[in-house]
Amino acid sequence: MSQTNPPPVATEEAPSDIAVSVRNVSKNYGDVEALKDLTLDFPRGELTSLLGPSGCGKTTLLKIIAGLLKPTSGEVEISGKPITGPGPDRAFVFQDFALLPWATVLRNVAFGLELRGVAKSEREAIAEKYINNVGLSGFEHSYPHELSGGMRQRVGLARALSVDADVLLMDEPFSAVDEQTRRKFQEDLLTLVHEENKTFIFVTHSIEEAVYVSDQIAILLPRPSRVLEVIRPSGFRNKSADSIRRDPEYLDIVDNIWASLRSYVE
Amino acid sequence: MTVYGYRLPGFSSLILWGLLWEVIGQLDVTFFVPPLSEVIRTLFSIIGTPAFTKALAETGYAFSISVAIAIGLGIPIGILMGRSRLLDELLLPWVNMFLSAPLTALVPVLMVLFGFGMKSIIITTTLFAIWIIILNSRAGVRQINRSLVEMAQSYGASPFDAFFKIYFWAALPEILGGVRIGIIRAVKGVIIGQLLISIVGFGALFELYSSNFLMAHFWAILIVLFTLAFTISEFLAYLERKVAYYAAKR
Repeated sequence: MSQTNPPPVATEEAPSDIAVSVRNVSKNYGDVEALKDLTLDFPRGELTSLLGPSGCGKTTLLKIIAGLLKPTSGEVEISGKPITGPGPDRAFVFQDFALLPWATVLRNVAFGLELRGVAKSEREAIAEKYINNVGLSGFEHSYPHELSGGMRQRVGLARALSVDADVLLMDEPFSAVDEQTRRKFQEDLLTLVHEENKTFIFVTHSIEEAVYVSDQIAILLPRPSRVLEVIRPSGFRNKSADSIRRDPEYLDIVDNIWASLRSYVE
Repeated sequence: MTVYGYRLPGFSSLILWGLLWEVIGQLDVTFFVPPLSEVIRTLFSIIGTPAFTKALAETGYAFSISVAIAIGLGIPIGILMGRSRLLDELLLPWVNMFLSAPLTALVPVLMVLFGFGMKSIIITTTLFAIWIIILNSRAGVRQINRSLVEMAQSYGASPFDAFFKIYFWAALPEILGGVRIGIIRAVKGVIIGQLLISIVGFGALFELYSSNFLMAHFWAILIVLFTLAFTISEFLAYLERKVAYYAAKR
């Protein structure tokens, strides 16, 4: 953020209970440095956005946290324990939903549990509950190609919720759905973060979306990727979903983030 | 196809070709083409004879075992090749070579290696069918959406689960296409095997009828074979259509 434009928010003390901690992580693809010595903490029970222009390595960072990619150096700790690969403590929500097109909504939602060897009746009971939670009851026996993009992402979300992981990793989950559905999703996400005691890590390229849904926003800069700053909006977090977009603090943060990112956008 | 507003059922063209065949046969142009009606009469007269049943059993046995081997080996090999760079580099040249090689020329070698019996016939037939099944399964797996693979990984799928719950199903449209073509090639393979290796099954009947100039019998057996191959291939095409709904979006 520029010197003449101080942050309007009194940035609070970072909470001490850290769920996910990224320590000096670097990732190289051949000669290309995608991430360089990146350190970042994700407080428990909160939603942290990774925000930055395209090519800033935010998805790479998310996949390293998920255990899908190995960092070239550095490490990721979940509740103090370093990770070695994917684990049951994390669940991933994919940008393109990653549903099994040959399976019904019910089986897709239960698939995470199926892979963990949970018995059929038990996993389907759990899946039913989350299908209901995301507002898809009645579609249990539909196939993904019969659903709209928004509904498919609800299936992806229900699958991630049903494995009951502590950490939810969301890779631009709303970018493939239409604007109105996205707004609804963002509102639902606020409720979800509030109700579920989970840690959310949310990758997005939309400034408004990041400010709207996040407890903490990490702004990443590209080539090599590094953290420019961490913003913790405080004033409007407890307001109702529809008044946030009119909140002066919300608008200031959006403007300030744009001011600091503008020069990095080609 | 529609003619004067009427929608013709599938295979209507066969009627036209059948008529032409009948006319040429009736005109007695060549002994090689007896009238279709005579061929069909012969067909019904030989179906059920012990010689025919024995040939059908022998050919059916060799055919089904070969196809089972080709599918049972071909699909896993193809999927593994699609997943493993190393295996792919090692095997792909061989698969491509055998796919285009004139396998008939290999038959004498197989006879030296495996004798003159059923074993050689089964191996020949398998060799006709398996390569396209491998290639298609490989192609099917290679175009799987990357995030499906990551999804399986991130939810902790074992290699076994990933194979049977993701890769196989995701590649199924291509696999079925490969199996369909493989089976058609196996029909060719089993007859070539039964003609060249040991004169048994339909191969023996072909040999017998053509060397005695029993052309009606010859054509009747050909029609039987065509019908069998066509039925199997249509059944697989039906299965392919059943999975077509997700072929476009994996």
